[in-house]
Amino acid sequence: MNASTQSHSFDLATAKVRDLNAALHALKEGSNASLWRVSNPRGLHALAAGLDAPVTVEIDGPVGYYCAGMNKQATVIVRGNAGVGIGENMMSGRIEVEGDASQAAGATAHGGLLFIRGQAGARCGISMKGVDIVVGGSVGHMSAFMAQAGTLTVLGDAGEALGDSIYEARLYVRGSVKSLGADCVEKEMRDEHKAQVFEKLKAAGLEGQVDPSEFKRYGSARTLYHFHVDNASAY
Amino acid sequence: MCGIVGLFLKDKALEPKLGEMLSGMLGTMCGRGPDSAGFAVYGAGESDEVKLTLRAAEGYDFSGLAAKLGDGADVLQRATHAVLTVPSADEAEVRAKIAALAPEVTVVGAGSRMELYKEVGMPTDVAVRFDLAKMAGTHGIAHTRMATESAVTTNGAHPFSTGLDQCLVHNGSLSNFRTVRRNLERAGVTIQTENDSEVAAGYLTWRMKEGRSLGEALEDSLDDLDGFYTLVVGTESGFGVLRDPIACKPAVMAETDQYVAFGSEYRALAGLPGIENAKIFEPEPAKVYFWDRAAA
Repeated sequence: MNASTQSHSFDLATAKVRDLNAALHALKEGSNASLWRVSNPRGLHALAAGLDAPVTVEIDGPVGYYCAGMNKQATVIVRGNAGVGIGENMMSGRIEVEGDASQAAGATAHGGLLFIRGQAGARCGISMKGVDIVVGGSVGHMSAFMAQAGTLTVLGDAGEALGDSIYEARLYVRGSVKSLGADCVEKEMRDEHKAQVFEKLKAAGLEGQVDPSEFKRYGSARTLYHFHVDNASAY
Repeated sequence: MCGIVGLFLKDKALEPKLGEMLSGMLGTMCGRGPDSAGFAVYGAGESDEVKLTLRAAEGYDFSGLAAKLGDGADVLQRATHAVLTVPSADEAEVRAKIAALAPEVTVVGAGSRMELYKEVGMPTDVAVRFDLAKMAGTHGIAHTRMATESAVTTNGAHPFSTGLDQCLVHNGSLSNFRTVRRNLERAGVTIQTENDSEVAAGYLTWRMKEGRSLGEALEDSLDDLDGFYTLVVGTESGFGVLRDPIACKPAVMAETDQYVAFGSEYRALAGLPGIENAKIFEPEPAKVYFWDRAAA
C-alpha cells in the first residue's frame, strides 16, 4: 500500500482481478481513495470494469478484453495496448489508452471520452450511442458500424466500410478513408464542425497539435432508416 | 473459441527453450479451449531421414512395433505417441509395413524435423504428458480446442499435418469445407478426419504440390476458403499467419530481434522474454504474414 491515504497500489502478479474490481466497486461517492495504480496487468480481462465512482485508475501495461467496460465517472488510463472491447458500453468518464486498441473499442458506448493514442482495430465505435472517441492513429475496417450518436475523430486513416449502416453520429477523419459503408457519405465541413473537432481534440489534450480544418466529415445519408425494397441491395 | 499460439525463433540461443516458452503460451490459452490440445515442434533432424510421429492407444508397445519393422527403425516414445526415424528412401515402405503390421497405429505427422503431438484433455495436462517444456527447436505451433465442427476426439485435435514438415492450427470455422474437401479428393488429396481444419491443411498442401510457395498458397486460400479463420502454419523452415478478410477471430503478434510470436490473445505472449519492448501488432485482415529461417 502507498503511504498516502489518497492512493492505492494493486499488483496483479499476486492479487486477483476479482479482488481489484471488488475493491473498485465498493468505492462510494466522495471517497478519498481517488488514485489506484495497477501493476502487472499482463493482458488480463475485464480490468476496472463496471466502475461507478469519480476515481482514477492507472494500469501499468497491456490489458486484455473489456477493460473499463460499462465505465461511469471513472478515469481509466492504460499504459500499454488494450484488447478487444475497451470501454464497451461506457456511460461517462474517461478512458485513455497510450498504445493501440484491438477490435470493437468503445462498442455501444453511450457517453464519456475514449481516447486511444495509438491505432484502433476493426469495428471501432461499433453501434456507438453517444460516446466521443478520439483516435491518434488509424482505425480498422467497419468502424462506426451502425453508429447512432456521438463523435469519432480519427487523426490517421480509416479502413474499409467506414460508417456502414450508420444511423447518426459524426465521423471526422483526417487521413484517407479506404471506402465508405452503406448509407455513409461525406458531408460539408462547416465552421460548427471544425469547432466540434477542436472541442474533441481539446478534450483529448491534443488542441493546437492538429488543425481541425484538415478533417473531413462523414455521416448518414439517411436513406436506409426505413426499409424500402429498392434499397435491399444496399444493406 | 479455440486458442492458437506460435513461436518462431530468430535467435539460436533461445532454441533450447522453445518448448518451455511454447508450453507457457499454450497453458495460458486453456480458457479458450479446454477439450483437447496439440502442438508441433521443429527440432533436430537430418535431411535424408524422416521422422514419423505415430499415435496409438494408451500403453501401446511401440518398441515391439520397431522390432517388427527391422533394422534402422529408431523409436522414441512419449505417452501415446512415438517418433520413428527412418531413412527418407524407406518412408513409403515403412508406412506400408505399419499399415499392414499395426493398423491400430496412426501416422499423425511426418517430416525431417517436425514432431506432432495431440490428445484430448486439459491443454496443460497434454503439454505435461508429452514433456513439451523440455523440447528444443527453431519454431513451433500449438492449439487449445473448443470443438465446433467435429467431435472431441484425438483425431479432431489440432495441429493437422497433410504434407511433409507441414502443419496447421486453425481458430474459426470454414463454411465451405465440404465443397473444398470434395475438390481436394478429386485432386488426389486424402483428408482423414471430419474436421474442417484438416481441409484447410490439405488445401495448402495441395497448392504447394501445385508449385506454389507457402505464402502464395495462403494467398490462394483467401479466394477458396470461406468462413472465419485465423490460420497459423509451419513448414520445415517457415512460419506463416493468415486471417480471413473480416478478421472475426482474435490475433496478436509480437516481434523482437529474438523471435516472432503469435497468440489469440496478448495474455499468451505476456510471459515471453523482452515482451515489454517487442513490437506488438494485430495482423491485418486478408494479409499474409510469413517468416522463413533462411531469411531470418
